[in-house]
Amino acid sequence: MVREFVSPQNFVPSDFEVVRNSDRCIACRVCERQCANEVHWFDADAQKLFSDETKCVNCHRCVSMCPTRALKIVKNDDTYRPSANWTQPVIDQVIRQSGTGGALLSSMGNPEKYPIYWDKILINASQVTNPSIDPLREPMETKVFLGKKPSKIERDSDGNVINNLDPQLQLDVPVMFSAMSYGAISYNAHKSLAMAATELGTYYNTGEGGLHKDFYQYGPNTIVQVASGRFGVFQDYLEAGAAIEIKIGQGAKPGIGGHLPGAKVTVDVSQTRMIPMGSDAISPAPHHDIYSIEDLRQLVFTLKEATAYKKPIIVKVAAVHNVAAIASGIARGGADIIVIDGFRGGTGAAPTRIRDSVGIPIELALASVDQRLRDEGIRNNISLVVGGSIRNSADIVKAVALGADAVYIGTAALIALGCHQCRNCHGGKCNWGIATQRADLVKRLNPEIGAKRLVNLVTAWNNEIKEIMGGMGINSIESLRGNRLMLRGIGLTEKELEILGIKHAGE
Amino acid sequence: MNYVIIGNSTAAVGCIEGIRKVDTKGNITVISDEPHHTYGRPLISYMLLGKTDEEHMKYRPDDFYEKNNVKTILGKKAVKIDKESKSVEIDDGSVVEYDKLLVATGSRPFVPPMAGLDSVEKVFNFMTLDDAHSLEKAIDSDCKVLVIGAGLIGLKCVEGIVDKVKSVQVVDLANRILPSILDEKGSALVQSFLEKEKGIEFTLNDSVAEFKNNTATLKSGKTINFDVLVVAVGVRPNTELISEIGGDVQRGIVVTSKSETSLEDIYAAGDCTVSHNIATDEDQIIAILPNAYLQGEAAGVNMAGGDKSFDNPVPMNAIGFFDYHIITAGAYVGDTYVAGDGQNYKCLFTSDGVLKGFIVIGDVAKAGIYTALVRNKTPLSEVDFELIKDNPQLMAMAKSYRDEKLGGTL
Amino acid sequence: MKKVWVNEEWCLGCHLCEYNCAYANSGITDMVKALKGKKINPRIRIEESDSINFAVQCRHCDDPICVKSCISGALSQNDGLITIDQSKCVGCFTCVMACPYGCIMPSDDGPMQKCELCTKNGTEPLCVKGCPNNAIVFEER
Repeated sequence: MVREFVSPQNFVPSDFEVVRNSDRCIACRVCERQCANEVHWFDADAQKLFSDETKCVNCHRCVSMCPTRALKIVKNDDTYRPSANWTQPVIDQVIRQSGTGGALLSSMGNPEKYPIYWDKILINASQVTNPSIDPLREPMETKVFLGKKPSKIERDSDGNVINNLDPQLQLDVPVMFSAMSYGAISYNAHKSLAMAATELGTYYNTGEGGLHKDFYQYGPNTIVQVASGRFGVFQDYLEAGAAIEIKIGQGAKPGIGGHLPGAKVTVDVSQTRMIPMGSDAISPAPHHDIYSIEDLRQLVFTLKEATAYKKPIIVKVAAVHNVAAIASGIARGGADIIVIDGFRGGTGAAPTRIRDSVGIPIELALASVDQRLRDEGIRNNISLVVGGSIRNSADIVKAVALGADAVYIGTAALIALGCHQCRNCHGGKCNWGIATQRADLVKRLNPEIGAKRLVNLVTAWNNEIKEIMGGMGINSIESLRGNRLMLRGIGLTEKELEILGIKHAGE
Repeated sequence: MNYVIIGNSTAAVGCIEGIRKVDTKGNITVISDEPHHTYGRPLISYMLLGKTDEEHMKYRPDDFYEKNNVKTILGKKAVKIDKESKSVEIDDGSVVEYDKLLVATGSRPFVPPMAGLDSVEKVFNFMTLDDAHSLEKAIDSDCKVLVIGAGLIGLKCVEGIVDKVKSVQVVDLANRILPSILDEKGSALVQSFLEKEKGIEFTLNDSVAEFKNNTATLKSGKTINFDVLVVAVGVRPNTELISEIGGDVQRGIVVTSKSETSLEDIYAAGDCTVSHNIATDEDQIIAILPNAYLQGEAAGVNMAGGDKSFDNPVPMNAIGFFDYHIITAGAYVGDTYVAGDGQNYKCLFTSDGVLKGFIVIGDVAKAGIYTALVRNKTPLSEVDFELIKDNPQLMAMAKSYRDEKLGGTL
Repeated sequence: MKKVWVNEEWCLGCHLCEYNCAYANSGITDMVKALKGKKINPRIRIEESDSINFAVQCRHCDDPICVKSCISGALSQNDGLITIDQSKCVGCFTCVMACPYGCIMPSDDGPMQKCELCTKNGTEPLCVKGCPNNAIVFEER
């Protein structure tokens, strides 16, 4: 049988090259066994391993597993005539689309060269006055409660305080795991997230794919999502979670729906989503019962009614141009928590053009939403959670100082689980057992290990947050929230500083 | 408590280790007519082959007796048991008293009456270390050796000496070699290997009519000239100590699964006893080393007041010649599955829904998985026989078995 | 006693344990030098099928039939650990006949070899250290 054949018209140079150090290779064939893309093969006659780099997605599974460090993946230097405008990827994409006639598909977050405002914001520290605090010696609070806060104390006729507190989510750390559906990611990835959220005292999110029956036990640390496809939504599901999230949009692909290919709809996925096995799961672009804030309010209260007003309702939207006005509407629509997802947020699959061209940076969206809610005097009516590329603890500190109550992490969580950001989730052959439903690949992610790594990551970040807060002389994350005086911009324009609501470094 | 053990080989060592699992204090006395530290008896052929030496043949370390607080009376023979006074009389006239006694006297070579045997100058058996030393001294590179007996002992002897002598001839009354452990196909394979690889000459279906000095005349009329004669036609169990005092002896000493004889406080183990072969459901002498150890160990535990049964004796043998290996176990009854090519051969015997026995020759890797099926009488309904018949493997076992054995979950 | 336990559910059949075993027992510091161009003869072996994989090595049985069957006293058990004195082993294959798991096999030099939990290699079992998915673990159970 001949190997896969590509016609000359459709040929584009492979992105990467597999470099095997034959001095070090012991022909153990672990690379061959571990590559679902079938890049490597062993030739018994030559007693050597060979590779076909055109299939390589650079997931680094083989590199990580190679016991003698005989492998590396490098960028292919086969090049077209260089141009700053017609760059190689741009030309490649034109060639591909000329061959297929189809839309380009991509995964994970927008990788293009847009400004990353987190990296243009600096954090303050105390010197002499308001002395810094050593978190190893003094208590330091990073616990967060999400939900509406009452505007006044009410008393009964006897003068006793009436509990007028709306339902709250208690987060022991200001980090939650963002929505990733069972279907987009594997059973073991979900289990890892659920176990870690439970151990950390925080929440993971089912995404729009329903809740597998095995995971109802993690309900107290689960946020269940209701999206436009309404997959897997029924009474038990709504009651299983600690909160319900209405997904309006997603940072990676604002304004469009989703499409889980039938191949990923296995027996378990079909049961969990309540759809026929092997059928494509199409999430419509809009919720067909929501065309206005009033319609949204109706769904919010429908869900509250269905769960006896015991659970906070979250509304998640993508960061788009008029996000501040939308957020105001959501707050007025009765939601308890609003989630803003920035344009670098990840996805299991999105049209490349949408992912890379639609939406706005989370930093700007967050600052404008927080400011708008404050200006309207409704900031305390709703909690604000942001996601869409939170990469480390400093990003979290900056987000909180810009006004967030807590953050969602998705991509960072996946990296903790083993993801090496090859951005080929849509291929369904994730070699790390995360974005796949193939049983032999799913088992590569042992949830005991996955959960441990997630707990390690978030614990490390939480300790770093305490350290940074201590440096500022702040001993509670409540005191950091919206405290934009703790931030300074660097290399930003007046307009950017204005939107962010921060001064320039040196001011 | 005084424990006395007659014998100093595998069953005796099993007994000592069994006793010490229960009783670390009682006195143990070992009496043996062999003057040596306990040694692995089947190793004598490997010693001749140069794969081991007297030092490395020690079955247990030098400090074994001392560490286990065992008194040894070696080079002296126990001649009589007095069950009334509970004592053992030794050939030097001394007497050793016991509370619990183990008879592990093994077996001795059987030399059938053969006309003119007296006229042969160099005749040897092949049972003991001393036998092996004597034989080694008697042979040289010019020497022609005649071995009577193509069984396990005879052929291991052949392996040990064939490269040190000019020629080896083997004569056996049976129509094939290793008849006790191989079927016809297996015998033929091994015979042709030994003929081709080492030039060993077999004369089967025949026996010696008469010896005259260094010439044997066979019943067929064939004559064989030789310099050294080894007689390895079989063994007889040493049961007299028990039979003399009225203990139940049939082909060997009769014992229970706890190694008790019919006499109070007297146990027996090893090649001198009869075992109940669970593969055939028949009583027989199973003269193999693992059996001796397990019987001895059970005896020791029970003598010391513990409770241990050895419930699943089966014949099983691992034997090899010049890295050509044979593993067999159980009974050769029932349906057969046969496979193999070239020098490899396999025959599995199934009956009553269990693996009754097997023969593997050549590729013997993991054969112990088959042995376990035989010993445990594992119902084949719990096993993927299609898988396991090709290759012994745990993949063919029930997942629950693997979870328990490999995963430690119950 | 700590033993190597197998979590069949997580075994990927990657065979790294076999290579790490061969390396650990090679007595050579560098893995490439130890294994390059050689056919490995590890003491841990993967059994694999389409959907099931697992590693098998000496179970260090509580009632070890191999030790009790050994004709030369080369196999012994101390504090649960079954080891082989290769200087005493004559390669008679009785242990191969006896081991219910198929975990004793001839070494490249003739005498038998078996997993000794890396006690002679100055490390915790290297098969476990190198397992990418905790499919084998070294612990009390």
